[in-house]
Amino acid sequence: MSGVVFFLVAILAVASALGLVLRRNPIHGALFLVVNLGCVAVMYLLLGAEFLALAQVIIYAGAIMVLFVFAIMVLIPGKEETGPDPLRLQRLLALPLGALLLVEIALILQSSVFTAAPHPGVQPGYAAGAGGIQSVGRLLLRDYLLPFEVTSVLLLAALVGVLALAKRKAG
Amino acid sequence: MSATLTDLGIALGRVGFVMLFVLNMGGLLTWVERKQSAVMQDRIGANRASIFGLRLFGLFHPLADALKMLTKEDFVPARADRALFNLAPLVSVVFALVAFAAIPFGDVLRIGGREIPLQAVTLNAGILYVFAMLSLGVYGVMMAGWASANNYALLGGQRAAALMISAEVAIGASIMGVAMVYGSLDMMEIVRGQGGPLLQQYFGDWIPKWGVLTQPLAFILFLTAGIASTKRIPFDFPEGESEIIGYFVEYSGMKFGMFMMADFVETVVIAGMTTALFLGGWQVPYLMADGLHFPWGVAVPLGHVTVVVLQVLAFCLKVAVMCWFLMLIRWTLPRFRYDQAMRLGWLGLFPLSILNVAITGLVLLAGRTP
Repeated sequence: MSGVVFFLVAILAVASALGLVLRRNPIHGALFLVVNLGCVAVMYLLLGAEFLALAQVIIYAGAIMVLFVFAIMVLIPGKEETGPDPLRLQRLLALPLGALLLVEIALILQSSVFTAAPHPGVQPGYAAGAGGIQSVGRLLLRDYLLPFEVTSVLLLAALVGVLALAKRKAG
Repeated sequence: MSATLTDLGIALGRVGFVMLFVLNMGGLLTWVERKQSAVMQDRIGANRASIFGLRLFGLFHPLADALKMLTKEDFVPARADRALFNLAPLVSVVFALVAFAAIPFGDVLRIGGREIPLQAVTLNAGILYVFAMLSLGVYGVMMAGWASANNYALLGGQRAAALMISAEVAIGASIMGVAMVYGSLDMMEIVRGQGGPLLQQYFGDWIPKWGVLTQPLAFILFLTAGIASTKRIPFDFPEGESEIIGYFVEYSGMKFGMFMMADFVETVVIAGMTTALFLGGWQVPYLMADGLHFPWGVAVPLGHVTVVVLQVLAFCLKVAVMCWFLMLIRWTLPRFRYDQAMRLGWLGLFPLSILNVAITGLVLLAGRTP
């Protein structure tokens, strides 16, 4: 049952990722990315990580991407075509570099890094509450409290910095 | 084989009950809206739709509305983005409908050796699920505004998105206090936590520990933000059916009807959430698992099924009362301007919710027995 769901969601995830890359219309691309993030959330859910799945939906699909779509709607009018490609060189390099990355991923997957770890589906203890709110909360607020707080200060600093820069430009 | 079939039937029953409850409440609310406004404004209200001369206080008007909308011309603007234009009302209404799934409508029902939790899906982070589904509803209005290829609709969609984002931030922050008091994100656990007595050393068993008493500030903030997220008066500047041009200006027929339905269904969801988080959910005061235990010493023993039925009825009644209250507000207050609502959301509701979280944390810390 969950195998069938996984393959359906996986196909949808790959299709939406392709849609994001291939569509010219920025709104369509952003909405495909939302679908993709939703698929990842369903995969978390299949692994029993309820909290991670819901956090993924709330933060990425419900907050960050809403702002993306909002910004695109404000800044880019309708169906206008963009001018000549400003990223020609990067586009030419993209294919060989992408192929290189694919080879690297394949090599890493073949190497001993993953052979030691057991298959996640086999272990019953893996799914039980690993991504639940209690275990995530314990990890974030007890085991990794300092990095967690430092990250939040970093985010706050970035937020204040963006506001300061935007204000200066306007004034 | 038959055991799995029974399980399937139970699962379908749980989902079906919630689905029918939400859809019917939503449909009924269109009638309540007309009749209640009529009573408040000293009018008679909708009463003309009749089947074989039977009028039933205008109860057939929701049916007449649905027939009218289904038979109207379905107009798509020539320059519209067809796919997104058709998808937008669906997105709006679907996320509003599925949001109710994690709200419990009764305690665990024990029949024939089975334990059936009376909610459509059991999630250990149920509040977050409802919250996530409500936050995804924004895409419907944004897609509608953008896909219509109409600048007024686009502006309406942006107003709606801005309003819903600021409302959701306040909803999320006001929920935090409730989760802290009852120590869970599972809505079933939160409702169960509201069954105990409040400050037993002072009041004995007289006052139940409902969220509205333990988190009064969060109750007001949540309700305000909840009304804002439904985009209805006094927060209806994104749509303003009669005079402002909103995000669904290009929609007609049932697609327009679906946007309207999404608003009504969201009202039911907000009423359900308020009930579950602040009004004790399915809890009936003094009703324990084995019957009524009044604080003046009288006890009335009741069977398990009777208790569960009473609880489900109590939940339905509370949701209906909350819907009535939301309607009352809708027909009482004038509309906020865009900047007023934004200021209320970001400078009023959100900081107050954070303050509520801080106070709740301090009180919990002080009351903790080491």
